[in-house]
Amino acid sequence: MSKQKEKLMQFIFLAAACVSILAVALICIFIFANGIPAMRKIGIFSFLSGTEWRPLNDIYGIFPMILGSIYVTAGALIIGVPIGILTAVFMAHFCPRRLYKVLKPAIDLLAGIPSVVYGFFGLMVIVPAIRFLFGGSGTSLLAASIVLGIMILPTIIGVSESAVRAVPESYYEGSLALGASHERSVFFVVFPAARSGVLAGVILGVGRAIGETMAVIMVAGNQAIIPTGLTFGLRTLTANIVLEMGYATDLHRGALVATAVVLFVFILIINLSFSIIKRRAEK
Amino acid sequence: MKRAKAQSAFLKTAVYAAAALTATVILFILVYIFIKGIPNLSLGLFSLKYTSTNVSLFPALINTVTMTVLSLLIAAPFGIFAAIYLVEYAKRGNRLVGLIRITAETLSGIPSIVYGLFGYLFFVTAFGWGYSLLAGVFTLGIMILPVIIRTTEEALKAVPDTFREGSFGLGAGKVRTVFRIVLPSAVPGILAGIILSIGRIVGETAALIYTAGTVAQIPGSLLSSGRTLSVHMYALWAEGINTKQSYATAVVLLVIVVGLNAVSSLIAKKFTRG
Repeated sequence: MSKQKEKLMQFIFLAAACVSILAVALICIFIFANGIPAMRKIGIFSFLSGTEWRPLNDIYGIFPMILGSIYVTAGALIIGVPIGILTAVFMAHFCPRRLYKVLKPAIDLLAGIPSVVYGFFGLMVIVPAIRFLFGGSGTSLLAASIVLGIMILPTIIGVSESAVRAVPESYYEGSLALGASHERSVFFVVFPAARSGVLAGVILGVGRAIGETMAVIMVAGNQAIIPTGLTFGLRTLTANIVLEMGYATDLHRGALVATAVVLFVFILIINLSFSIIKRRAEK
Repeated sequence: MKRAKAQSAFLKTAVYAAAALTATVILFILVYIFIKGIPNLSLGLFSLKYTSTNVSLFPALINTVTMTVLSLLIAAPFGIFAAIYLVEYAKRGNRLVGLIRITAETLSGIPSIVYGLFGYLFFVTAFGWGYSLLAGVFTLGIMILPVIIRTTEEALKAVPDTFREGSFGLGAGKVRTVFRIVLPSAVPGILAGIILSIGRIVGETAALIYTAGTVAQIPGSLLSSGRTLSVHMYALWAEGINTKQSYATAVVLLVIVVGLNAVSSLIAKKFTRG
């Protein structure tokens, strides 16, 4: 009797664990089954490399959006990565304990702020600032990069800090004993040893930036054209889906799901490289 | 030697500057939202019914609470049981276990808009639920599943093996040991995971616009549409007016997030004290 109960419970636990397999399978099936036929109908090549997105004329080229996502992510990295990594180094090796007790929860808070609030903040502060400094409407690649750069900070700081902390203390002490200063020991001995962990954090940040939707919509301008400068508006893959899903029908709807397919493939590649690098970091 | 000194000074300056910048950004966002938002908090924002004149956020607040509770009711049992399997039962190197871990990791990397689109295609369209709280709840449930699995796993792993051995030694079976000994000691860690999930649900927008929809009232049933606070903020932006109300909504959202973080660090403190 008791043995049966043990078996039954083990089966229930296993079944619960299999839910995530089921969920991933369903998501893949539904996104791909709805997106790929539309992609075929449009023509995979003209869909991916077409520079015009005109749903009214049944022209669906998402190249501007692919570029938009890449540009915005790159911009976020240029802003977020140096600040994030340096802050992580500060948290691990320069921060006085009392300051740490305040700063650490503050950074955690930054991770918890909803993306609409970031978007709204960007719209109210960063967009007008750009309008004032450079003219134009202000909703631009630059605005989106700054907002996303702030949003990926907590991810990069968190992962990099634990990577830097995981380096054995003896590395640092050895370097000090050889006469290097505190700063040089941290940057030239400890930091290189934490490199793969830091890289994993950056990749996680890439995933967050490329998948971000709401904050980008509110500050990027959303024109479906290839941006030609930092102060020009652009549209990302994520924004394309949200903006038009509400009224899209037939092939237009299919094209939007196909946009999600492209995004999904991007994310799978990023996830894969993340887990490879994480595994290498753990070794 | 002189070069080394200059380099050290430069590195030190860079590190301090970056940290100061990060701190400034955090402080600026918080102070800005609070200063601009608090004067805009009016009684009308908390009336039971939304109208275009009062732009009440109260229905959205109620919907947020409803959806948070329901999503947790769905995801928490599955997530906790899954973690129990992974930590207490799974054998190393098992293929199925590997697959479970990979899929859980994949789930946590999927952007919320993809969840939203899936929820729309699956729950809203294929199941025929339409824009409804229920469709939103299930979509969110899948979204927070990996968070709960991961945090519960960590909490279970932190329970010392001596606890389990002691329980087995006293003649308890495996299931009894899990429910009576291991799970109770892991409660703080599991709670922290649940709070993290609440934060994600409260802040979620993209996954909800096309599942739970954007109706600004408290829906009569689970099969009707209703917006959460974050969706409310998005809708205010999409309508292009109501900046004041947006500030006020941002304040309410921030207060919730700050509160959640405070509770979570309280639990963490209790946890580390043992």
